[in-house]
Amino acid sequence: MIIVLVLMGFGITIGWIFHSKEKFIKLTGFLTNWSIYLLLFLLGLSVGANEKIVANFDKIGLLAISLTLFAVGGSILCAWLVYHLFFKNK
Amino acid sequence: MKGSLIILAFFVAGVITGIYRFLPEHLFQNDYSLYALYLLMFLVGIGIGCNKKALTLIKEVNFKILFVPLSVITGTYIGVSLFSLLQSNLSLIDSLAVGSGFGYYSLSSVLISEISNETLGVIALLSNITREIITLLLTPVFARYFGKLAPIASGGATAMDTTLPVITKYIGSDYAIISVFSGVVLTILVPFLIEIIL
Repeated sequence: MIIVLVLMGFGITIGWIFHSKEKFIKLTGFLTNWSIYLLLFLLGLSVGANEKIVANFDKIGLLAISLTLFAVGGSILCAWLVYHLFFKNK
Repeated sequence: MKGSLIILAFFVAGVITGIYRFLPEHLFQNDYSLYALYLLMFLVGIGIGCNKKALTLIKEVNFKILFVPLSVITGTYIGVSLFSLLQSNLSLIDSLAVGSGFGYYSLSSVLISEISNETLGVIALLSNITREIITLLLTPVFARYFGKLAPIASGGATAMDTTLPVITKYIGSDYAIISVFSGVVLTILVPFLIEIIL
């Protein structure tokens, strides 16, 4: 996690230096999109290659997904409340 | 929505490739996603650095920023508790432990497997991967109907890295700092909360 934060700090510094270069910002956006695609492909790869997950997906998958829906639902409603109370007019 | 579908297509392609082992074996033995994540974090950093509004937001919002991770924890626990009441397969304790991953599936699944059992670990893995996928796919919807903090809340711990690019795309780079802050706080809390609960 420290590496991740250091890399981001490094990126922020570089971004700060070049923030007025239009082409640079466009290129960053393009590369960001493709690294998201790559990351999602690799995430799928590790899910698909994990025999334990694939074999048990029907049984525990449904349980996991329904739990997640409740977790995300609760978070979003709480965040919605906080947003309207403290952030919206900022 | 088009962006989400492209992302989903890449994920599905990855799953299929993983199941049928279309790629050389060494690709499965090394975790290349870590390096992809490093690259992404660097690029996201550049994106934040390019945005002049990003750092001024923290000064304006000040202590209120603490309410963001706090609302994620509170909301997750309320939702997950409700879930444990509605079914009998997972107890309240188990449900809370899985919820405490906040999308940080690698760490939460390993921790839960060790402290509790393997099955709960796999549930934690699937649940928290799902949280990340839901956030990646539904961020535009959440941002539109539940305010700018909703995608950050949905992303949980991943709001600092894997889901950050999508989140900032739909709620604006000026909220990136809040997203990273919330994600960092939750990421740090994940192991502590799991230990306390189990």
